[in-house]
Amino acid sequence: MPKVKVPRKSTSVDMTAMTDVAFLLLTFFMLATKFKPDEPVVVDTPSSISEIKLPESDVIQLTIDKDNRVFFGIDGQQTKEEILKRMGEKYSVKFTDAQIKEFSLLSTFGVPIAQLPALLNMKSEERLKAPQPGVPCDSLNNELADWIWQSRLVNNKVRVAVKGDRETGYPVVKQVIATLQDKKVNRFNFITSMEKAE
Amino acid sequence: MAEIDGGGGGGKHKGKKRGKKLSTRVDFTPMVDLGFLLITFFMLTTSMNKPQTMEINMPVKEDITPEEESKVKASQAITLLLAKDDKVVYYFINPKTGEPETPMITDYSKGGIRATLLKESKSRNPYVDSIAVYKQQLNIGQINEATYRANTNRIKGWKDGLIVVIKASDKSKYKNMIDILDEMLICNIGRYAIVDITDVELEMLKGVNLD
Repeated sequence: MPKVKVPRKSTSVDMTAMTDVAFLLLTFFMLATKFKPDEPVVVDTPSSISEIKLPESDVIQLTIDKDNRVFFGIDGQQTKEEILKRMGEKYSVKFTDAQIKEFSLLSTFGVPIAQLPALLNMKSEERLKAPQPGVPCDSLNNELADWIWQSRLVNNKVRVAVKGDRETGYPVVKQVIATLQDKKVNRFNFITSMEKAE
Repeated sequence: MAEIDGGGGGGKHKGKKRGKKLSTRVDFTPMVDLGFLLITFFMLTTSMNKPQTMEINMPVKEDITPEEESKVKASQAITLLLAKDDKVVYYFINPKTGEPETPMITDYSKGGIRATLLKESKSRNPYVDSIAVYKQQLNIGQINEATYRANTNRIKGWKDGLIVVIKASDKSKYKNMIDILDEMLICNIGRYAIVDITDVELEMLKGVNLD
């Protein structure tokens, strides 16, 4: 009896289609997303059922971490440069061009303005590790108020978003809200994470 | 297919000497690997969704005169004191005497402050329940967004409706404030305000050991 010959088939699969899919997805992710800004603090936001989205641009983000430090952040490179120049004039702190450039790339910071040049001189990896005591916002020395005020002078469309940690104590939140009210920002947002309504 | 088949078995021909034809097939597997590696990288380093926010309007600071403040009828208002350890103390003002009634202690759970707020809101505003109906009608497309807004705003702004005064003590957490603002959204309470706590209320918290 003759043997039945089973034809051997090659096991190699054409990978071209898979490459197409992979790069299509890659393109999608590159276009649809933006990089996470490197934030000096991790903040665990409380959840709410609110479904309003934060606008993408023209947002001042005030981050309050669980150690009650306040961080200031705003988007827009030119806006940031302009704000820094104005703040430097007001507090008579000199900034070099390199420092201004560096500031325009900084997403958020939390130091008094006197320490800002030192912070800007650091490399970005060092900066993440450097201790940041928070922007002063008490009644004696309220730099936060000036940052907000100057930001609004430079870009009058900005909205303020407060991003606090769950464990942040209320006094500092109250202080920030009072500062905002003082600067006539009476409408602002609290950044929260999503929660399903029961 | 993307590759051109150049004929794999070129060497078997006799006669004329030809250059050995090489296959133009390329193994794409490493490229797929690379592609997926990059996808993974982008997925991990980027932020996809915009964060959720909660909008709040605070009153203009200097424009509040005592006359305006006292416009609220005492019977309409409930005062929530956000105390430490995730507790809420609430009290009403007795409309006859004008004195605060006995404070009650509750928490942020579903059966806690929410039940109280819903009950009080319903007893003062008979139309509160219809917001849910409007919401449902909006979801199935019976009414449009503008109608929904107009109706809910009308109900929320009901003249005799519940007014919530939120006073957070210094021992409370940011989370507590967001939770209570969230309850305002859940219970469809249109009129609420965040106000600084007074000494009388701090005494009240001391009385229930939550100062």
